Amino acid sequence: MFEIFGIPSNALFSQLLIGLINGSFYALLSLGLAVIFGMLNIINFSHGAQYMMGAFVAYLLLQYSGLNYWWALIVAPILVGLTGVLIERLLLQWLYKLDHLYGLLLTFGLALIIEGVFRNYFGASGLPYQVPDALRGGTNLGFMFLPNYRAWVIFISLVVCFGTWFVIERTKLGSNLRAATENPTLVRAFGINVPRMITLTYGFGVALAALAGVMAAPIYNVSPQMGADLIIVVFAVVVIGGMGSIMGAIVTGFGLGVVEGLTKVFFPEASNTVIFVIMAIVLLIRPAGLFGRGT
Amino acid sequence: MSQATETLTAPVSQSGSRSQSYAFALLLLLMVLAPFVAYPVFVMKVLCFALFACAFNLLIGYVGLLSFGHALFFGWASYATAHAAKVWGLTPELAILFGGLVAGGLGLVTGLLAIRRQGIYFAMITLALAQMMFFFALQAPFTHGEDGIQAVPRGRLFGIVDLSGDMAMYALVLAIFVGCFLLISRIIHSPFGEVLKAIRENETRAISLGYRTERYKLVAFVLSATLAGIAGGTKALVFGLASLTDVHWTMSGEVVLMVLVGGLGTVFGPVVGAFVIIAMQNYLAGFGQWVTVIQGVIFVVCVIAFRRGVIGELANLLRIRL
Repeated sequence: MFEIFGIPSNALFSQLLIGLINGSFYALLSLGLAVIFGMLNIINFSHGAQYMMGAFVAYLLLQYSGLNYWWALIVAPILVGLTGVLIERLLLQWLYKLDHLYGLLLTFGLALIIEGVFRNYFGASGLPYQVPDALRGGTNLGFMFLPNYRAWVIFISLVVCFGTWFVIERTKLGSNLRAATENPTLVRAFGINVPRMITLTYGFGVALAALAGVMAAPIYNVSPQMGADLIIVVFAVVVIGGMGSIMGAIVTGFGLGVVEGLTKVFFPEASNTVIFVIMAIVLLIRPAGLFGRGT
Repeated sequence: MSQATETLTAPVSQSGSRSQSYAFALLLLLMVLAPFVAYPVFVMKVLCFALFACAFNLLIGYVGLLSFGHALFFGWASYATAHAAKVWGLTPELAILFGGLVAGGLGLVTGLLAIRRQGIYFAMITLALAQMMFFFALQAPFTHGEDGIQAVPRGRLFGIVDLSGDMAMYALVLAIFVGCFLLISRIIHSPFGEVLKAIRENETRAISLGYRTERYKLVAFVLSATLAGIAGGTKALVFGLASLTDVHWTMSGEVVLMVLVGGLGTVFGPVVGAFVIIAMQNYLAGFGQWVTVIQGVIFVVCVIAFRRGVIGELANLLRIRL
């Protein structure tokens, strides 16, 4: 056992690990927000509620239809993504010509509805969700103990984040999407169905949130308010990173998770607020955000 | 898609301020009569929230800035007032003033940071800063965490008039409300207010005309925060309680809802909106959690189909300015 700055190394490494886990969720959620914002110009306030829905779908699948974690990883994002498609078709599509702030207000209302309904049926206390059998236990790395499930979460979120980055930045589909973000009218003139693309983008962003929710279920408990406070932190992450770039969202998400973890070691009282303090500092030095363009 | 073709406020006709004077007289009459008809504490609650909503509307309705963290000013001012009245033994008017000043100071810091970004980012920044101050309120010793500051004495106004009776307290709350309401309507109709509206309509153009829009926005933000603080301080004295509820983000959401229901950018809308929402919470309290769901539904309905709000629709129907 050795010490770093007077802190036992395994305490430091385990907080770093927790930081990376939180960072995975920050990255996945801010990525979804950035993808949605890029296409719809709407800040999706119900993102936290949709993350919670993902966790609940996983829980309900296990309780009532016996479908395990691996099924939930696929089914929950699809189901929740479909509700996203519905929301976009029924509500959001009427707002594109209005001030962007109306989108924020509408999705805030949706978050209240979704969280209120779940609280009514499942109460405010958390419901447990077991770690899947295949990922139980852990590996001793010599300097620390690494639970397998946590390693899995970090791995999958890296894969999903870079997969999304690859699709948007390196494929034909992605280039269409980016073009439609820049100039929807022109892209439509080329015969591409932009409204359908917008709908699917929203569905995809929501599905990402639900996927994060399924992965979070075994780590945190499944509870109706699990997304409400998280989404405010993710907003701060988005302000720090700027929503201009996909890679920016990923790097900022993981980075801030680690910073938060380290704060827990060195100055525990500030661990709740450190991300907001960083946001304030970034606003003073680089108002557009670390990776942002313009306002 | 990137062009916003409708601003956040209802368009208003140009016909003069006479309709507003009549409406104000009617409002005043209703408020003087209200405590004899309804439970005075309920009416005081409505007045406190109406003032809070008016302060918030000054920002969103007249400068076009959506602050999603106004509970920060409301809640921290109620802590400051409660602390001043209970621990320091200040008279109520000084305690409320202190609350307003604390909120104004917080508004200055928050405003300096938040006005560096526009639109959606502004909303996210104010929300994040308010959440940060929520955690401070949770951890700071003098706020007493989950318990809040309880049993705050209403005290004696100027050290003379005993406020423990509801009617005496009502008179003070009404005086504070009317004073602040008139101040806000003075601000709106002043040359300063005209510049604010110009910023709301087209900030780039206001800059090109030589206005330092950042300063105007900052002053409006501090004014709004101070007035929200006075509302929060008054509420703390009325109920003898300052708690975490007042600094939580749900409170920020509620004030947005009040203004949205009443009518963004109308003088009287926030008052009506506050009444509607507080009355709804009171009478639907038996439904428990469903109140949140109902509020969410009202948000969605207002944004989709009812963007002018109650007063905005009424003004549009009668072709007057309210």
